[in-house]
Amino acid sequence: MIEMNNVYKVYENGVTALNGISTTIDNGEFVYVVGQSGAGKSSFIKLMYREETPSKGQVKINHVDIGDMKDKQVPYLRRSIGVIFQDFKLLPKLTIYENVAFALEVIEENPRKIRRRVMDVLDKVGLKHKARFIPAQLSGGEQQRVAIARAIVNNPKIVIADEPTGNLDPDTSWEIMRIFEEVNASGTTVIMATHSKEIVNKIRRRVIAMENGQIVRDEHRGEYGYED
Amino acid sequence: MKISTLKRHFKEGAKNLIRNSWMTVAAVGAVTTTLVLVAAFLMLMLNLNQIADNIESDADIRVFIDLSAEEDDIDELGQNIGDLNRVEEFYFSSKDDELESLIEDLGEDGEAWELFEQDNPLNDVYVVETYEAEDLAGVASTIEGFSNVDDVDYGSETVDRLLQFNQYARYIGITFIAALLLTAIFLISNTIKMTITARRDEIGIMRLVGAKNSFIRWPFFVEGMLTGVIGAVIPIALVLGGYHFLYINLNDRLNFQFVELLPWNPFAWQLSLMLLAIGAFIGIWGSVMSVRKFLKV
Ligand SMILES: Nc1ncnc2c1ncn2[C@@H]1O[C@H](COP(=O)(O)OP(=O)(O)OP(=O)(O)O)[C@@H](O)[C@H]1O
Ligand SMILES: [Mg+2]
Repeated sequence: MIEMNNVYKVYENGVTALNGISTTIDNGEFVYVVGQSGAGKSSFIKLMYREETPSKGQVKINHVDIGDMKDKQVPYLRRSIGVIFQDFKLLPKLTIYENVAFALEVIEENPRKIRRRVMDVLDKVGLKHKARFIPAQLSGGEQQRVAIARAIVNNPKIVIADEPTGNLDPDTSWEIMRIFEEVNASGTTVIMATHSKEIVNKIRRRVIAMENGQIVRDEHRGEYGYED
Repeated sequence: MKISTLKRHFKEGAKNLIRNSWMTVAAVGAVTTTLVLVAAFLMLMLNLNQIADNIESDADIRVFIDLSAEEDDIDELGQNIGDLNRVEEFYFSSKDDELESLIEDLGEDGEAWELFEQDNPLNDVYVVETYEAEDLAGVASTIEGFSNVDDVDYGSETVDRLLQFNQYARYIGITFIAALLLTAIFLISNTIKMTITARRDEIGIMRLVGAKNSFIRWPFFVEGMLTGVIGAVIPIALVLGGYHFLYINLNDRLNFQFVELLPWNPFAWQLSLMLLAIGAFIGIWGSVMSVRKFLKV
């Protein structure tokens, strides 16, 4: 469970990105975060995997305040959260297999388990047959599926995606959404910031709408709600 | 740490070295230069110390007594010398004893001196030993002030010059080495800074998926250590080979002067081990510096 309690985020340059946010996201929910550019969606999301810390207020995950968590604890928090970005962030010199295995190697997972888990997750995103390719040999949608595979290979409780379809055409976006729905169906919380009206209005889930660093609307089975 | 993890750190560290090959060459070169100088310096200093010790340990003061001194004067002088508190022991050596030992020392050349046995031109002598070699100069100059003393000699030139040279060599050597050490550390930390920059994306992903900071840092320590250790290879080869050569060629000659070099075994080995340790140390230090600066959490 993710709880935010009257959270403010003021960046070093004085910009107030979050202006008193309070909300709760239960385990297993699927949440869209929408709002215009600069509304604070990314800032909101970054607090959840402690890329940023709140200037004021608390961010709790499973009742643990991650704002004043010790630096040493952060890696363990991150192991329970998978993060996906608009620009995939794959390592260009590694193969698809290696890109996914990387996430397990660097947390010192048992080498004997790695191969099997990587192949399983590549199968889940439909890229088992391209395991030996490098990212440049894949389409954008395929690269994003690799990034999702890397994010979920350690079976995280929460998956956070910041505009995962932002660089993809509509058809490819639907493939990505199908994977997120499967991930969510298996019990994982999914939180996704998006500008895609089509997706939000078609696959109806909880919608948190932001404006000027505040939550202005929070609806179950909500709609995108405005024109970009 | 698991073996597989350690292996990975070494592999990544080695990869980093190869990736920035030109910077690596520069850093390794700096370590090599530094360590060659450290080795030359230590070889010189430690041997000079040893030689100075050798000379000092059998150095004594020879007090030449006035030819005109009477037996009473000689006894009184002896008493005065005995009263000095830095004096460990002393003995009297008559001019006849002196001539005899001179003839003996000189061997065949000494035969000419036998002519003087009838009319001995040498002085009677007090031979004085001090507790410490450093006391020689002070005691000698005190005795020089006593009456009935013709001259005082304590082999001062050799020892003094050696000690003086030793001192200068030490200052100059330490200054040079400190400058070189800093250069080497700077070059290593710069190389590693470049590696860190080149690997920024990778480090970002490691953080994102929950790699521990120590895990992220290890390969950079390995990289620094390897730079230092590789930089120590040539200096160690030079020490093991070069000191052998020196020892064989110099020691016999020096032996005539009652002076000995430190033996190749174990000296050259100890020195090599030390160079390896210094190399690894500056390598790790260089990496710690840039990791601290550029890998903030
Ligand atoms: N690291 C930062 N330092 C300073 N200001 C920042 C930083 N990150 C974001 N901001 C500012 O905070 C505000 C909110 O930014 P944020 O990235 O959260 O918006 P967003 O809703 O994700 O926008 P977009 O839809 O364009 O991604 C903006 O005014 C932005 O300029
Ligand atoms: Mg954003």
